[in-house]
Amino acid sequence: MSTAATAHYTSTGLDTRKIAFWAFIGSECLLFGSLIATYLSYEGKSVVGPYPGEILDIPLTSISTFVLLMSSLAMVLALDGVTKGDNKQARIWLATTVLFGAIFLGFQAYEFQHFVHNGLTLSTNLFGSTFFVLTGCHGLHVLGGVIWLSSLLIQSYRNKLGPDKAMTVEIAGLYWHFVDVVWIVIFTVVYLIQRG
Amino acid sequence: MSDQNSHEHPSVATYLKIAVILTVVTAVEVALYYVPEFGLLAPTLLVLSAAKFALVVMFYMHLKPDNKLFTNIFWPPLLLATGVILALMALLGNW
Repeated sequence: MSTAATAHYTSTGLDTRKIAFWAFIGSECLLFGSLIATYLSYEGKSVVGPYPGEILDIPLTSISTFVLLMSSLAMVLALDGVTKGDNKQARIWLATTVLFGAIFLGFQAYEFQHFVHNGLTLSTNLFGSTFFVLTGCHGLHVLGGVIWLSSLLIQSYRNKLGPDKAMTVEIAGLYWHFVDVVWIVIFTVVYLIQRG
Repeated sequence: MSDQNSHEHPSVATYLKIAVILTVVTAVEVALYYVPEFGLLAPTLLVLSAAKFALVVMFYMHLKPDNKLFTNIFWPPLLLATGVILALMALLGNW
């Protein structure tokens, strides 16, 4: 394949995929911004329980938050491995990122199941509606990232993830880190700052 | 054509330092949550959260060493999203 077909450069000298992906991340900021705005606007306005203070499990969510933060570290180490052409390093850390993402999803599935068991569903009250939509949307993004990174891991096992694919891995990393920073905000405004 | 994409990524040591800072700040946030009658809880947590956000974006997403165009693409929608959150909370009187 010719260089022109693989490089995707623009007149700025920047990779078009990376420019487009940052624009996509900008649009995702607006999506999550509107969901967080909705949650905060209706926070404390539920007329029936369960209320956040009765049901949110801070220790459990702190652990899942730590796991997601460490998955971001694993992701940059995977990119470092791909950039250096160290396939073993890339494989180990990509697998770690996928594993940590899956563990985070496991925590979220347990949390949702626990909430439903305690009477909080999407239609119970304003807290349930806004909480499940916000965290569920984030969880779907994590699931998308786990699937994406798993596909890269498979490519790595087929020896198709060399330094020439560093930009592909970097873009997947951008997505993963964005999902991480969104959770940093959600953990603070939903779990740690409870107003009702 | 010059390759503007080949910026210098942070070192592994820097990545590890950032991970340690993120872990410590998260531990501090959780500890503050359990401090009874801590009057400045919300503003303190928001500042710490913003610091973690900035660290991940600057170092793990490479915005700091990367071309400034990416920063200029990212910040306007982020500011707009923040504005939407504040405006909607103000409109519905839920500060």
